[in-house]
Amino acid sequence: MDKAVGVVVFPGTNCEHDVVEALVDLGVPHRLIWHRETDLMDLECVIIPGGFAHGDYLRPGAIAKFSPVMKAVSSFATSGRSVLGICNGFQVLTEAKLLEGALQKNAGLSFICDVVECEVASRNSPVTSSLELGEKLRLPINHFEGNYTCAEDDLKRLLDEDRIILRYVDNPNGSIGDIAAICNKDRNIVGMMPHPERAMSDLLGSSSGRKILASLLERSAVLS
Amino acid sequence: MAEPLHIALGLTDEEFAMIRSVLQRDPNDLELAMYSVMWSEHCSYKSSRVHLRRLPTEGPSVIMGPGENAGVIDVGDGFALAIRMESHNHPSAIEPYQGAATGVGGILRDIFTVGARPVALLDSLWMGPQNDPKSRWIFKGVVSGISGYGNAVGVPTVGGETHFEEKFGYNPLVNVAAIGIAPKEHLIKAAATGAGNLVVLLGAPTGRDGIGGVSILASTGFGGESDSSKRPSVQVGDPFEEKKLIELCLDLLRSDLLVGIQDLGGAGLSCATSETAAKGGSSMDIYLDKVPRRESCMEPFEVMISESQERMLAIVHPSNLDKVLALAEHWEVQASVVGEVKDPERWLDGKVRGILRVYDHRDGELLAEVPAGSLADEAPLYDRERREPEGWKRKLQDAPSVDSVTEDVLNDLLKTTFDPSTVYRQYDHQLFLNTIVGPGEDAALLRIGAPGVGRVERSFGVSVDGNPRWCVVHPRRGAAATVVESVMNIACVGAKAVALVDCLNFGNPTHPEVMWQLSESIDGVAEACEALGVAVVGGNVSLYNEANGVDIDPTPTVTTVGLSNIPSLPVPSLARSSVGSSLYLIGESCETLSGSAFAFDFLNSDGGNLFTFDYDKVTRLRDTAIELFEHADAYGVETLHNVSSGGVLDAVREISASSRVGCVLYRDKLTVMDLLGEKPDRLLVTTTSDTELEALLLGKGLSFVRIGYFDGGDVLFA
Repeated sequence: MDKAVGVVVFPGTNCEHDVVEALVDLGVPHRLIWHRETDLMDLECVIIPGGFAHGDYLRPGAIAKFSPVMKAVSSFATSGRSVLGICNGFQVLTEAKLLEGALQKNAGLSFICDVVECEVASRNSPVTSSLELGEKLRLPINHFEGNYTCAEDDLKRLLDEDRIILRYVDNPNGSIGDIAAICNKDRNIVGMMPHPERAMSDLLGSSSGRKILASLLERSAVLS
Repeated sequence: MAEPLHIALGLTDEEFAMIRSVLQRDPNDLELAMYSVMWSEHCSYKSSRVHLRRLPTEGPSVIMGPGENAGVIDVGDGFALAIRMESHNHPSAIEPYQGAATGVGGILRDIFTVGARPVALLDSLWMGPQNDPKSRWIFKGVVSGISGYGNAVGVPTVGGETHFEEKFGYNPLVNVAAIGIAPKEHLIKAAATGAGNLVVLLGAPTGRDGIGGVSILASTGFGGESDSSKRPSVQVGDPFEEKKLIELCLDLLRSDLLVGIQDLGGAGLSCATSETAAKGGSSMDIYLDKVPRRESCMEPFEVMISESQERMLAIVHPSNLDKVLALAEHWEVQASVVGEVKDPERWLDGKVRGILRVYDHRDGELLAEVPAGSLADEAPLYDRERREPEGWKRKLQDAPSVDSVTEDVLNDLLKTTFDPSTVYRQYDHQLFLNTIVGPGEDAALLRIGAPGVGRVERSFGVSVDGNPRWCVVHPRRGAAATVVESVMNIACVGAKAVALVDCLNFGNPTHPEVMWQLSESIDGVAEACEALGVAVVGGNVSLYNEANGVDIDPTPTVTTVGLSNIPSLPVPSLARSSVGSSLYLIGESCETLSGSAFAFDFLNSDGGNLFTFDYDKVTRLRDTAIELFEHADAYGVETLHNVSSGGVLDAVREISASSRVGCVLYRDKLTVMDLLGEKPDRLLVTTTSDTELEALLLGKGLSFVRIGYFDGGDVLFA
C-alpha cells in the first residue's frame, strides 16, 4: 500500500471529511484514524483536524490529550514525520505539550467564522516551504478559542528560532504577535488556527489552502 | 377542592370524556399524562390541522410530504434533500441559550431520522428592541445558543434573518430550519413493524428536564410572575452527545441495520413509541426499568413524557442487535433494548389495533395500556371560531401618508443600520465545503454534497423569510408576499424554488381573530405556492404566542429551497458592486407604504392595504433573476439583490455596506413609496453593461429604471 496521510478523528471532531476531500482533491492516499487507535507507523503524515474533540468539555483539547491516539502521535512525531494540527487540532497539540503556549478565548469573547488574510512569516516549515516569505493568503478561520498566548520566554524562543510561520495581517482574535501558526523546534509539528482545507477552491472563496497542504504533502513525500 | 388532574395537565372535560370512551374506563395517571402531552396543541395540531389541508403538498420532485419527520425532495442522480423547520419560541423566551440550542438539536434529529445527513441550518429571529435589557438578554442568549450548539454539533449555519420589533419583547420568535442530504436508497420512515423486533433507545439517559414542555410551555401563553417557574420545562442540550448520535444513526442506516427510527422530541418516549407503533400498525411493549436514567426515583410518568434531548428510538431485528450494540459502543453512545414490537390485537371496540403497553419491567406490572393510534393520530380536531378583527376593513382604507416624509427624513434613514455580520460571524457557515454563497446575501447557495453521501455537480439555494408587519396588515396577502419574497431571494442566487416548509407563528387559538389570521395566512401561502409551482412539504405550527393577553402579530415564516447549476466565477454578490457600475431597479413600482418597517416604526401606522401580485410577472422576474445570475458575465452583473423589508433604500444601503462603495441615487426617478415600500417582486441589479442588460429586460417585457450608480463612500441622493 502507498504511504498514506492519517486524519485523526476524536468523538466530536467535525472537519475530518473536509480534510479528506482536500486530500482526495490533491490525489493523496489517506485513512481516518479513530482516537482509540495506537499504531500510526504505516503513515507518512498525520493531520489532526478541527472540530470539538470530546465536546471541548473542560477546555478544548483537555480531554483529547488523554485519548490513546495521542501517545501514538507523539511517538510518530519523534520519528521525524510531519504532524499538522488545524484549529481544534492546534488546541489539542498545545494541551498535549507537543507545541508550547495555549489558545484562549478570542479577545472579543465571541466565536468568529470569517475569511482573513494571513502572511507567511517563515518558509522554514512543512506547510510553507513552497510559499514565498511575506506571501499573503486568504484563509478561513472558525474558532472561539483562537487567541494564541504563551510565556514571554516561549515567545522569545519562537522568534529566535524562526518558528512563527503564519501571522494575521489584521489580528481577529487577539493572538500575541498576530500568531496564526507555529511549529516545534524540530520543525515537523505544526499548529495553525486557519483552515487550509476550507480554502481549496475559488468557488468557495479562496484556494490559498491548496498551497499549504501541497507543501505539507510534498515534504512528507506523499505528493511529488 | 383541587382541580381535577386532567385540567391541571391542560386537557378539557370533553377531551377527558373522549379518552374514557377510547379506554372504556378512567385512564390512570400515567395514561392521562401521556394523553395530555400527545393531545397538546404542539403535538397534535388540533387547532390547525383542518386548515393545513388546504396547502398544496404535491409536486413532481416531492418524495415525502407533510406528516413525515421532514419533507424530502428528489434532486436527481439518486440524491434527495430533506428539509424541516420548527419554532422554539417559548423555551427561548424562558431560557434563551438552552431554548435556542435545543431548537437546533431537535430540528437536526428530524433530518437524520429520515436518513439524511444534516448539512445546513438557517434561523429566523424576531426579537424585541435592543434598548430593552430583557430583549438584549434574550437576543444574546439565542444567538449564543445557536452558535454554541450548531458549531459544536458540526452543522454549518448558512443563512437566516434577524429583525427587531417592539411586539416580540416578551414572546420572541426563534424559528430554525435544517437541510439534509441523503442517497435516496437510505431514506427511511419512522414505522415500527415486524412482531418480535426490538425497540432500542439510543443516546442520552433520561432525566427530569423538559417535563411537559409541549403542554406547559408550548401550548400556553406568557404573562405574570410564574413564567420563570416554567424554566424546568425547558430542555438542556448537549451538542457533543448529538454529534455522536448523528454519526451512529447514519452508520446504522448505511449498514442497513434498522427497520425504522424515530427521534425523541416533544412528548419524549410517549410520542416516539406511539407514533412508530401507529405508523407501523403494530403493538409495542415498553419496559420502563430498561430506560437509562439520569436521576433516581423518577416516576413512570416522568420517564414517559420527559423531553431529555439527544435520544433516538430504533426498531431493530433481533439478528442485528449485536451489530447495532457494537456500533453504538464504537461511537460511544449508550444503547438499551427497552421494548418489543408485537402483533396488533383486537381492542375493546372490536377493531384490530396497535396497542401500546408500558410495563414497569418485563413480565412485571402493566402500568399503561392504550391504542397507539389514539395517542398519535386521534386527538380531537377543532375548527375553532374565526372572526375578522373588528375594524379591520376600515383600517385597510387608512393608508399611511407620505406627507411627513421630508428629504431630511430620507437622508436620516440612509444612516441607520444594523450589521447582520455581528450575528452570522458567530456561526460556522463554511463546514462541509458546500457554501458558495453564505450568510449576508439574499439566500445561501450550497453545493449538493455531504460526508458519507457523496456529491452531485449541482447546487441548491435556500432562504428563510417571514414578515409579521405585512401579515398583520393583511394576513392573506402578507403570507403570499412572504412566499414571493422567499422565491425571489433564492432566484437571486440562481435557484428556482420547488419546495418550502413553513412555520406558522400565531397567538392564542381560542381568540377567534387569531384563528382567522391563521386560516387567512394559510390561504395566502397556498395561493402563492400554487401560482409559483412550489410544494409545501412540511411545516410546524406554533400557537399561544402571546404575552399578558396580547397576541403576537401573525408570522408565517417559510424556508424555500430550489435547485440550480454550479455557477461560473465570479459569482454575483453584494460585495462586488464597484465604482462606476450602474444600479437598476427592475419590476413594477410599489404603490403603498402599508406593512413597511417605515410605516410601523416612523409613522406608527399598521393601516392601509398590502400590495398584491401579478404572478405572471413574478414568474418572469424570477426567471430573469436566475438568468442574470447564471449568465452574470454576459450582462456585466456584479450584484443581484431582492427588495423587501426596508424597501429600495435599505437594499441599496446593504449593497453599499457590503461592497464598501457609495451609491448616488437619482431622487427624481424614485418615489417615496418606491424607496420605502416593501413590495418584494422588485430586483436591484448592479451592472457594468447597461446596454446588454436593458436589451434583455426589454425582451422579457419587464419594467426597469436606472436609479443610480456606484461612487464615493456614502449613499446619497442626486
